[in-house]
Amino acid sequence: MAELTYRDAVARGIAQEMTRDPDVVFLGEDVGKAGGVFKATVGLYEQFGPLRVRDTPISEQAILGAAMGAAMTGLKPIAEIMFSDFFAVCFDYIANEFPKSRYMSNGQTKCPLVVRTGNGAGSRFGAQHSQSVENWCMMIPGLKVVAPSTPRDVIGLMAAAVRDPDPVIFFEHKSLYATKGEVPDGEIVDTLGTAKIVRPGKDATIIALALMVPRANEAANRLKAEHGIDCEVVDVRSLVPLDTQTILGSVAKTNRLFTVEENPRLCGWGAEIVSIVADEAFYDLDGPPVRITTPHIPLPAADILEDIVLPTPDRIVETVKRSLGS
Amino acid sequence: MARMSDRAPGAAGSGLNDDIGEEKRLALYRSQVVLREAEQRAFDLFLQNLVKGTSHLSLGQEAVAAGFAEAMQKGDLSFCTYRGHAHTLARGVPVEKVLGELMQRDNGLMRGKGGSMHLTSEEHGVMGSYAIIGAHLPIACGAAWRAQYKGHKDVSVCFFGDGTTNIGAFHEALNFAAVWKLPVVFVCENNLYMEYTPIADVTAVQHPAADRASAYGLERIVIDGNDADVVYREAQKAYAKARAGNGPSLIECMTYRHSGHSRADPAKYRPEGELERWKLRDPIKIYRERLLQFGVSEKTIADIDARVRKEVDDATEACKAAPMPPLDILTTDVYADGGWAWRN
Ligand SMILES: Cc1ncc(C[n+]2csc(CCOP(=O)(O)OP(=O)(O)O)c2C)c(N)n1
Ligand SMILES: [Mg+2]
Repeated sequence: MAELTYRDAVARGIAQEMTRDPDVVFLGEDVGKAGGVFKATVGLYEQFGPLRVRDTPISEQAILGAAMGAAMTGLKPIAEIMFSDFFAVCFDYIANEFPKSRYMSNGQTKCPLVVRTGNGAGSRFGAQHSQSVENWCMMIPGLKVVAPSTPRDVIGLMAAAVRDPDPVIFFEHKSLYATKGEVPDGEIVDTLGTAKIVRPGKDATIIALALMVPRANEAANRLKAEHGIDCEVVDVRSLVPLDTQTILGSVAKTNRLFTVEENPRLCGWGAEIVSIVADEAFYDLDGPPVRITTPHIPLPAADILEDIVLPTPDRIVETVKRSLGS
Repeated sequence: MARMSDRAPGAAGSGLNDDIGEEKRLALYRSQVVLREAEQRAFDLFLQNLVKGTSHLSLGQEAVAAGFAEAMQKGDLSFCTYRGHAHTLARGVPVEKVLGELMQRDNGLMRGKGGSMHLTSEEHGVMGSYAIIGAHLPIACGAAWRAQYKGHKDVSVCFFGDGTTNIGAFHEALNFAAVWKLPVVFVCENNLYMEYTPIADVTAVQHPAADRASAYGLERIVIDGNDADVVYREAQKAYAKARAGNGPSLIECMTYRHSGHSRADPAKYRPEGELERWKLRDPIKIYRERLLQFGVSEKTIADIDARVRKEVDDATEACKAAPMPPLDILTTDVYADGGWAWRN
């Protein structure tokens, strides 16, 4: 066991897989010699050399296209897109190429790659460097989508993503890079498509992702301490595949459902979860499911404004308390 | 500097040069006839409402596909566009598989799941046909990167049109390939038009691909794309360069499509006489004359024509008799486990 930052866990996760499999290669802007703009890939260039850790030009389409061509023909590339907002300039690969080649070719074409990216708000970077775009990817058949919230999950899910035979979009949260967590020694391999109950409870289920997980935890602690409401917090971790069994199981126990989403409201991932629960567990519910999201606006830069728009522990506490009528 | 002068339609062919040899010449001829016959058949089947959806023919552009494919070795990889029937057939994919896909039957290359714009046959080195303009240039770079990384000797060959030179992915891929010295060959088929707009109306330079080559430190190459010998020789040079580790090439092939952009296009936007002028330089006509010049008999040529026609006839009948795809393939191969499950 050692304490590790989320940032260092990224490098350790990649290094674990590059050590295991010489076909794993890594490319992106400033990722090699510079160690990444978030310093999440420091040391990889020194450890694995310039043939496996490759600095690219500012060419997001070339980065993702090259990753795909390499994946189709036998490598296991990890590609970095520096900020997830930049998916918009290379979205063809994410929406049209990676996820459809296998289907269109009737199973001939493979695409085992990982795109990792800095997602989410909290850095006061404004509307084009702060978005949570996991829902852009969740809606595309053929992709897998994960978003870890702890250093341990970063390593384990990175390993699962690299070993997975499908294209996986791996969302790292920029505001979690500096956070720390206990990480076991040795190899860590997790499983895609598994949610985790990070805090058991009996009165309400709070489903959260990435940065919203620690916020939901903090809210749950306060709800218990200050209001006697015992919340179960579920870290979704993987939007596709989606572990609906864990979610439905939790709702069956608590009879109340809250989602805490950083993405803007329309078509956020929580809407799909609410819809599944409404379809399949309606009679388990003692009250309407409630979504706590960022409002449907572009993200502002100023700290005072950005802090208001993201779901906060305060907002979660207030919403749960009000909904449960306490 | 252009290695070859730009050829206007009607310019002389490449002259008598014995470097290619009779066996390869006959293969080049046969390939072009297969492409011509199969695509003309596709057009006839469209008129009979048996080819569904869209389709983009390469009638008139056969020399490019035949020349580049015949110069390839087994293991070399082709990346095509929606105008990819010719490049797919030129790698030896059976006519029945291609027509079957166009007719969206169960015997098609992808059993009707891809359609005419996405022909793929990895066992023949056809690594997909891409319908988003420019998308496959970076993908070809990635395949070439794998060859470089693993020390494989195959070359990735990427075909696209003149219109494609104005999208960002073209420029990203050219720079990327040049900087990484990748074994990739970019082949621009300049047929003078994007869909309906003349390329000259929307491009800052005369030769949309070749005049950009210097920006990426590459040689400016424009060739006669209607002469299969010229194409074949240029392909050999570019492949040898790539295999030797000397990086990418960008080759602009001047050619012309005889039909419209896609099946619905009567191509009314062409100036009068343009098609007729280019038909004087029909690649198959040029090549037939070339064979005769080299002493190949009329009978040998007629035998090839007859055998190809029979092959296409047989393929057509097989496709007409083939069943439609079964509904149970609807949800297969979304994910690598063979299924489509996104939840437990
Ligand atoms: C990104 C994108 N923009 C537009 C189109 C629509 N489109 C399909 S083919 C085509 C013309 C392409 O011209 P060119 O590259 O010269 O190829 P050609 O069809 O002549 O072979 C266009 C504009 C597309 N498929 N993808
Ligand atoms: Mg064109």
